[in-house]
Amino acid sequence: MKKLVVEPITRLEGHGKITVFLDDKGNVEDAFLQVVEFMGYEKFLQGMPMEEVPRTASTICGVCRAVHFTASLKAADQIFSAEPPPAAKKIRELLLLAHHIEDHTEVLYALGLPDFICGPTAPPQERNLMGVAKKLGKEIVKDILKKRFSAARIVEILGGKPVHPAAAVPGGWAKRVTEEEKEEIERLSDDLIELGKVSVELFKEVVLKNPEYSKLLKEESFNVVTNYMGTVDENKKVTYYDGTQVVVSPEGKEIIRFTGKEYLNVLAEKTLPWSYAKFPYLKEVGWKGLKDGKDTSLCSVGPLGRLNVSEGYSTPLAQKAYEEMVEFFGGKPIYNVFAYHWARAIEVLNQAELIKEILKSPEFTDENVVTPPRKVTGEGIGIIEAPRGTLIHHYWTDEEGLVTDANLIVPTTINNGSIQVSVKKAAKYFIKNGEVDEGTLNLIEMAHRPYDLCLACATHVYPGHYPTNVVIYKGGKKVKELRNY
Amino acid sequence: MSKPRFAYYLAGGCAGCDTSLIDTSEKLVKFLENVELMFFAPTVADFKYKDLEALPDQSVDFGFFSGNVRNSEHEHMAKLMRRKCKTLIAFGICASLGGIKGLVNLFPQKELLKKAYVETPSTDNPEGVLPSPKVTVEGKYELDLPVLKPAKALDQVVEVDYYVGGCPPSYNHIKWILEKLLSGDLPPKGSWLTMGKAVCDVCPRNPIRHGGIKKRPTEVKRVLGQMPEDVCLLEAGYLCLGPVTQGDCSAACLRVNVPCRGCGGPIPGVRDFGVKAISTIATAMGSVDVLKKIPDPIHLFYRYSLPKSSVIKPKE
Ligand code: SF4
Ligand code: SF4
Ligand code: SF4
Repeated sequence: MKKLVVEPITRLEGHGKITVFLDDKGNVEDAFLQVVEFMGYEKFLQGMPMEEVPRTASTICGVCRAVHFTASLKAADQIFSAEPPPAAKKIRELLLLAHHIEDHTEVLYALGLPDFICGPTAPPQERNLMGVAKKLGKEIVKDILKKRFSAARIVEILGGKPVHPAAAVPGGWAKRVTEEEKEEIERLSDDLIELGKVSVELFKEVVLKNPEYSKLLKEESFNVVTNYMGTVDENKKVTYYDGTQVVVSPEGKEIIRFTGKEYLNVLAEKTLPWSYAKFPYLKEVGWKGLKDGKDTSLCSVGPLGRLNVSEGYSTPLAQKAYEEMVEFFGGKPIYNVFAYHWARAIEVLNQAELIKEILKSPEFTDENVVTPPRKVTGEGIGIIEAPRGTLIHHYWTDEEGLVTDANLIVPTTINNGSIQVSVKKAAKYFIKNGEVDEGTLNLIEMAHRPYDLCLACATHVYPGHYPTNVVIYKGGKKVKELRNY
Repeated sequence: MSKPRFAYYLAGGCAGCDTSLIDTSEKLVKFLENVELMFFAPTVADFKYKDLEALPDQSVDFGFFSGNVRNSEHEHMAKLMRRKCKTLIAFGICASLGGIKGLVNLFPQKELLKKAYVETPSTDNPEGVLPSPKVTVEGKYELDLPVLKPAKALDQVVEVDYYVGGCPPSYNHIKWILEKLLSGDLPPKGSWLTMGKAVCDVCPRNPIRHGGIKKRPTEVKRVLGQMPEDVCLLEAGYLCLGPVTQGDCSAACLRVNVPCRGCGGPIPGVRDFGVKAISTIATAMGSVDVLKKIPDPIHLFYRYSLPKSSVIKPKE
């Protein structure tokens, strides 16, 4: 039997890779997206004083650093049994929102939308920010980058550094916000509202108005039918810093609600030997393998996960954009992977509006930013919404507050199963009779990009640009080679 | 005159160095206009690995390498970058000294893997399966993964021409570096690209800068509760590593009331950051006994430089 294999060359560089196996007719038999790096934070944080962990754990990822920082800081509050005062909570929440915006913007403009703006089968050298600048105009892109930096600057003001924040103190924040700083944040936040509006409009303009792309949004092959998870407030609206975790079934029915430690009853992670990222699934359903559909045990998180579990957003502009989106798809849950980008754009708007709300609160500049530690409880769990989805940091300490054990579940890992399904579906859809070219390769890649392209936390790679390298073998002989980097 | 050729590669890092480079915004755009971009992976642009490989050896003027060297792929790329680049710059503290991710060297690889893939409470792995470099799935699909190794700084694998500290280097520091590169105004090879001041020198809390004197700390404090404003944190007992750390960050952490942890890299003349930091703190406290009062000194003194420690060797 003749076998046609599409296989990436390895041992080059790259932090993730896709391998597609073809049957003898040249159609896809199976596909694997492998995560090829491993960090080991759960082990090497052992011994570290818990209050030092947030500054350290943020380096799990330099792209979504503020979320690891915030989640571990929330765990530290519990370990020192110190509930942060209102001002500190607001500062943390604002930092998290600004960080989401800056991250989402990068994903949309540098990584996700170039596929659409420059064309999904455009040569890889053009499918990037530079290509976007060429299509939309340099000035527009410069303006977007400038507004994105406004978000990074807010992270710097509050956290001390724009990349790895430093101002962590269990039970609060290391520094109060002055009136002048608040004024600067206010000015910067105007940029962010604009950025949100532009992002939603641009998505509609570029994707929806293009018949070829809007077809992709309704295309069955890009539907990944799974359970969804996200965090909501008491009104069931999307929230990020604090709230209740909700899981809905593939039909959209709420099946689980949990907070804190209960996550251990909800999620389990399978280790498979071919990837350095584990494969989480819903315990209640039991491991059903890497399959989507009605009885799947896979669960997706991220902007679309949040949207699917919630009743929309608590702010007016985002809510309006949300209603338009749900109408386009004719209801929820929305399964289409490209809808992630749309939800992402709406979130930028929502987060900018939420920042404005926090700034209205007089507590924001309050002098009291720390609750002193009381007794050491020895255990803490921080759950927050990262740009890529629900993030869980769980720590145990000795009576001095030194870490004895840790368990981290990062959103890209939670999505790992869904990403596999998405990539396989795309491969099946686009590879027929052994015909593969560079354009096809990108179409397959487009199926994982919406998940945030980023195996950032699972691989600590910059979103979306982990290289995929494909070599086609026929009867054991290399016949073709495709690379996207 | 032809433009200098530039390449960038991220190995075992977090992409924070890349993000910081992007944060230089307009400066980066200007820099990129003034150089010929030969390679940038895996971020920002879709450059091809084969593009780098196809270049003649020594044909790239400046190569930036961020992240540490943690597996077989990184090692391969470190060697390739060295071959192609005339000047190779370890960019950020991971590449320069191993970084936070270098703390893996405290444990043998087996234990690290066992913790993550078998022992954590959410893991479902009764058979104790571990990720493995070569696997055949369902008896027919052959897949492989890079081989993990103890973390190394870049100069433990290839020769390095310049070092840049910071986790990540601050965007203002990067702007300064980009200018130096373009103007060709570089120190002797083997140096750190630094503005040459310690964190203390640029710290607004330093009493000496205000004509005072530094008092000896009398106790060891942890970063808990209300943090003092204005006073020197070391004086107050918070074991700030500002005296031995390069201050190209403008004392960023001190400006938000937390002590320096040394991400900037060692001040000139220091070979082992941890040893220097220990002796400095012990001297400041006036007694070596104080070291016994520090919870977990390794994570404090070697947080960013464990792979380059002359006293602590990696576990295999
Ligand atoms: S030095 Fe810091 S910011 Fe740079 S790659 Fe390493 S961990 Fe990330
Ligand atoms: S020891 Fe720390 S707080 Fe004191 S002057 Fe130096 S950098 Fe500033
Ligand atoms: S103060 Fe120290 S730890 Fe903070 S950014 Fe500067 S060098 Fe790094």
